Amino acid sequence: MNERIISASEALAEALNEEMTKDENVFIIGEDIRVHEGIFAQFKGLPTQFPDRIIDAPISEAAITGVGLGGALTGMRPIVDMHFSDFVTCCMDELCNQAAKIRYMSGGQVKVPMVLWCPDGGGLRAAAQHSQSLEAWFIHTPGLKVVVPSEPSDVKGLIKSAIRDDDPVMFFQHKLLFSKEGHVPEKPYLIPLGKASVKRQGKDVTLLCYGSAYYMCKEAADELHNQNIDAEIVDLRTLKPLDMETIAKSIRKTRNVVIVHEACLTGGFGAELTAIIQDELFDYLDAPVKRVAAKDVPMPFSPVLEDFCLPDASDVVKAVKSIKSS
Amino acid sequence: MVEDAKTLLELYRSMVKVRQFEIMAGEHFAKGTIPGFIHLSIGQEASSVGVCSCLRSDDYVTTTHRGHGHMIAKGADLKKMTAELFGKKTGYCRGKGGSMHIADFSLGILGANGVVAGGLPIIAGAGFSIKMRKTDQVAVCFFGDGASNRGPVHEVMNMAAIWKLPIIFAVENNQWASTTPQKDSGSVKNLSKRAAGYNMPGIEVDGNDLLAVKKAALKAVERARNGEGPTFIENNTYRIKGHFEGDPQRYRTKEDVEKWEGKNDPLDRFSQHMLKNSIAKENDLKKIREDVAAEIKEAVIFAEKSPFPEAKEAMEDIYVNDIKGGIAS
Repeated sequence: MNERIISASEALAEALNEEMTKDENVFIIGEDIRVHEGIFAQFKGLPTQFPDRIIDAPISEAAITGVGLGGALTGMRPIVDMHFSDFVTCCMDELCNQAAKIRYMSGGQVKVPMVLWCPDGGGLRAAAQHSQSLEAWFIHTPGLKVVVPSEPSDVKGLIKSAIRDDDPVMFFQHKLLFSKEGHVPEKPYLIPLGKASVKRQGKDVTLLCYGSAYYMCKEAADELHNQNIDAEIVDLRTLKPLDMETIAKSIRKTRNVVIVHEACLTGGFGAELTAIIQDELFDYLDAPVKRVAAKDVPMPFSPVLEDFCLPDASDVVKAVKSIKSS
Repeated sequence: MVEDAKTLLELYRSMVKVRQFEIMAGEHFAKGTIPGFIHLSIGQEASSVGVCSCLRSDDYVTTTHRGHGHMIAKGADLKKMTAELFGKKTGYCRGKGGSMHIADFSLGILGANGVVAGGLPIIAGAGFSIKMRKTDQVAVCFFGDGASNRGPVHEVMNMAAIWKLPIIFAVENNQWASTTPQKDSGSVKNLSKRAAGYNMPGIEVDGNDLLAVKKAALKAVERARNGEGPTFIENNTYRIKGHFEGDPQRYRTKEDVEKWEGKNDPLDRFSQHMLKNSIAKENDLKKIREDVAAEIKEAVIFAEKSPFPEAKEAMEDIYVNDIKGGIAS
């Protein structure tokens, strides 16, 4: 069995290379992506291999996203690099009023095969305009799909599916996870959008998570194990479409749920998940659904302040114990 | 530019189509058969027809909330347009878009748009894609004087210039952004002056003179097809009707509007030109108007007889393969 270990950056670059080799209509457009081959080295080797398809654009997020949309409408399969996910505010019209809706508004005349690739998340002491996790904004916009991978192997399989998808896909990758390493098969493979992954089997509580929260849950599950609580980890991977089947199967087994995400609490994806779970699985629950999330603040700069606002494994342990010891 | 009589009569037919379609839409809106909002382009026909007559069917166009004229001039089907305005299943968008979202991707019409300047970033993508695919298509974005003050216009004009994209920026300066006059909201009286800041040609045109518009557009299209980059054309014209049907128009007087009617009307001006130069006889023009009236009538009958969509169709076309409840897989 192939046990190759590579980083999430390397996994992404490999996947992009495979897709750009396979389909000449795939191109990447963004700000300052050629010289450094991506600020997280996530496009390593691509500018040399595909000199005409790695495009450095002026700092014009609306126009760049427009290139993605207009390109998708006229035969291309663009990937738009948002540089930092926080900058989506500069192209919200192009994304939410145009790309998300044009298929619907035109009565299904057209497909919009574009990926908006967004590095997100906190922990880099980058303060309030470079640290957000904004996935919930896009869950709330019919017409968009939302993918938030955690491990390098997920990154590779999911980005390939996102590129091949004929709808606009928001692809959020946490900035601190680019250097995380993991087992990634060398041969090409796809992970379908809308399929969660049970990454740890357990019988006492379901930890529902995605992106950086997966690593918090992994650490928390080890600690809980020491305290004789057997946690199951469901990494959602795709938030829209959502794999309700896997979620339901796990909750029916454990009868307890803690939802974990790095985005701030109020109006976060956890709120939506909680609503769906109480609606569809009320009879299977032994305790209220708990949520672990960032505090409702613009992310502060100073490490002491930021660490206080972000959730971590100990918060997950605490949340689990609040329902399992009662 | 020498045009034969047949071509000129076809241009006239196209303008008459736009005019009569808009009159019909206004009447049906007043009657209540067209729901929602509509924005009519009466008085601006020389701009839509003048520019679109220089395009091939594989060229791209984005238009605006005031987009019926551009659609018709680019060859859109009157029956499907009318049915869409009526909210019918047989409309261009199966009743999901209405006046502000009509599109015909098979004709390169990438959509009307409910957001002012919303079409410009899309045209950047169409222009970029033409360049990547190495075809000789061109892409035109129609927008208004109001849109010209929005940020994305700056981004897209700069991008089109640095990458020499095959784009024609066709601004229709109809003097009014809803209730705000252009002279009070623009930094310059003539928007074409702004083109210099983007290092592209900026041409000011009498936008009610069909042949003047066509001449400017032809040059811009040739330049774009030859890979020489974008052109900014300002068609100076006037919005005869209110911003939307039902607009009480407290911001201007009847006399203001009348100055742009009669001998300044683009259709009258073009028919006078043809009569004076013996290109056509009054009977030829009358015949065209009657033929178009019959075509419009047929489109209305088609729309009236068409069924409304079934309510459950509202849940179709959100995604290529619809996903359950909008959220679950």
